[in-house]
Amino acid sequence: MLGMFNKIFRTGLVTEEPATDAEIEQLAPELKRMVDKQFRGSLAIRMVDAGSCNGCELEIHALNNPYYAIERYGVHFVASPRHADALLVTGPVSRHMEAALIATYEAMAKPCYVIASGDCACNGGEFGVNYASCGAVENVLPVDLKIPGCPPSPAQLIRGLLILMGQREPVQR
Amino acid sequence: MSEAWLNEIQQQFAAAGIETVDHHPARLLPARQLEIAPHAWAPATALCKQCAMRWAAFWVREAGAGIEAFSCLEKGGGYLILSTRLGEQQPLESIAHLYPAADRPQRHAHDLFGIAFEGQCDSRRWTRHQAWREDEFPLRGDGQAAEPPAPTPPDDSYPFIQASGSAVYEIAVGPVHAGIIEPGHFRFQAVGETVINLEKHLGYVHKGIEKLARGRDLDGLARLAGRVSGDSTVAHSWAACQAAERALAVEPPPRAQLLRAIMAERERVANHLGDIGAICNDVGFAFPHYQLSRLKERLVRDNALLFGHRLMMDRIVPGGVAIDIDSQGADHLFACTQELESEVAKLIEIIERSESLEDRLMTTGRLTPEWAAELGCLGYVGRASGCDFDVRRDAPYAPYHRVTVAVPGYRAGDVAARAKIRADEIGISLGLMRRFVELLEPGEHRLPMPRGRGGEGLGIVDGWRGEIISYLALDTDGRVERFFPRDPSWLNWPALEQLIQGNIVPDFPVCNKSINGSYAGQDL
Ligand code: SF4
Repeated sequence: MLGMFNKIFRTGLVTEEPATDAEIEQLAPELKRMVDKQFRGSLAIRMVDAGSCNGCELEIHALNNPYYAIERYGVHFVASPRHADALLVTGPVSRHMEAALIATYEAMAKPCYVIASGDCACNGGEFGVNYASCGAVENVLPVDLKIPGCPPSPAQLIRGLLILMGQREPVQR
Repeated sequence: MSEAWLNEIQQQFAAAGIETVDHHPARLLPARQLEIAPHAWAPATALCKQCAMRWAAFWVREAGAGIEAFSCLEKGGGYLILSTRLGEQQPLESIAHLYPAADRPQRHAHDLFGIAFEGQCDSRRWTRHQAWREDEFPLRGDGQAAEPPAPTPPDDSYPFIQASGSAVYEIAVGPVHAGIIEPGHFRFQAVGETVINLEKHLGYVHKGIEKLARGRDLDGLARLAGRVSGDSTVAHSWAACQAAERALAVEPPPRAQLLRAIMAERERVANHLGDIGAICNDVGFAFPHYQLSRLKERLVRDNALLFGHRLMMDRIVPGGVAIDIDSQGADHLFACTQELESEVAKLIEIIERSESLEDRLMTTGRLTPEWAAELGCLGYVGRASGCDFDVRRDAPYAPYHRVTVAVPGYRAGDVAARAKIRADEIGISLGLMRRFVELLEPGEHRLPMPRGRGGEGLGIVDGWRGEIISYLALDTDGRVERFFPRDPSWLNWPALEQLIQGNIVPDFPVCNKSINGSYAGQDL
């Protein structure tokens, strides 16, 4: 055990090397300020893959790596839709996921935000509408914000959240 | 060597009275294709099983009013494709009793094409939920299924296998899981903490990829293939492009082949880094998770820098690669690979020294070598359980024929062994990457593809999850008539259902992570 801590301590350079990124350094304080102002310091997101190719999930995951560590700014991903302020949806909505997506949305306290993340969620992307796919998220749920990209990078996702919080009220429904 | 046994099996077929038609032996190279009569389908497959062949894939295509069915098997790096032609409504004998992994691919083919299987003990729907009716088959003819009612009803009546007994209880999980994960349903039967059975219900992210491929040109096909499973975008687009290039007899330039392999190895390393960290995190060891995800982020940033996309999507295109690197790029690639090697080595050493981690991962989620062979498990799932097949080594395609690919193998089959395989593979991949950079010589990185020509091709590459097989048929205008990408997840998901038995419910997440099947890749 001691040996392990020793090792961790000695490889300390890997942990302590600051993950610097000019773009994120600039976006981060803004994100923190907005989350503090609009969500009293805590923005809870429920993420639902409604039919994605799983590329979008990789980038959403990346928001939690030490470079972005988005929880530092009060943004966190929650398991229950009942705890969530925003629903982050990826993928075209497959017909087989339609009911589950709607049920997740209905379980959320209102008002809440719906974010369509990725080209597929924004406009159907490479898949569009067909016998198995409903296409864009807005064909199924009212959408507050679209974050384009295939997949949107972590920085694009953070910029998207900033835009969302800048627009104050969720869309009327 | 593979030639020899292919001849041998053909002789065995003859001895068993199974007639084979071999009039286009080069139809699906590098595989040998043998056409047999429908009634010989199960007997021929049984013979393959006797010869200890691994069953790899099943798909069908429309042939006039009927159907042509294909089954792909492998031994010693040699691929055999059995095919047969069925008339309209003519059923095919099931081979799931011989190769259990064929069960779900057959049900998938039934749901989309309406092909019926005789003697299949499990005839429940698989890919179809409630979006189209039981008597509609989206891939038949125009396949315009009636507009489903909006919203599509949930599939809440799937007949799961039941367990009875006063102490047995059921846990239903999904399709929406707690976390940033793909959707699917898991149904557990448990007694106390112990799982006695797990059954999966997938198909939630089925979005009609096989149908969407129809009529596309080759660039459109490559884009779609790159989105079959986003975490394997390089491997899937490579397999699809390889199939297209074989169909049209185009040999991508050596530089393109090397760049493809560099990207594929980078994809492998990125996913392994992320997953080893996640496995540690699932048993409460957060340190490697943050460390490895930091390295992964560095790697994907370099991907963006070198190849213009963090996941390298759409970089592999028919005829070559979409982007070349300059000598500065190559130097950077070499340097960052070396740096990563030393960082990873240090971290793996820490992870391996952690006794408490060892305690949690060893003997957890054990897949016996017998089961792995029976199910035909691929990639790290197979390699951790005695099945160390690797396309790069055993059926090498360019540029892997220019290098030696070491393939790690264990027999313990537990979560620890699967994690260890991934750690070993990271080191091997980084070494390969350096080698490929050294081999790079100036030259073209993309050739034009001939237009307006038809053909048929098979792409077989080793993605980070294991062997990917992509079948492609082009019509006479050079447009896609049939595309079927067989993700390794088809063969690895069933392993999860096996290995979880007897484990405790709270260990499911770490067992699942150690397999990490793709939902999108299988659901199509
Ligand atoms: S936007 Fe791109 S990465 Fe995201 S789900 Fe669609 S195809 Fe995949």
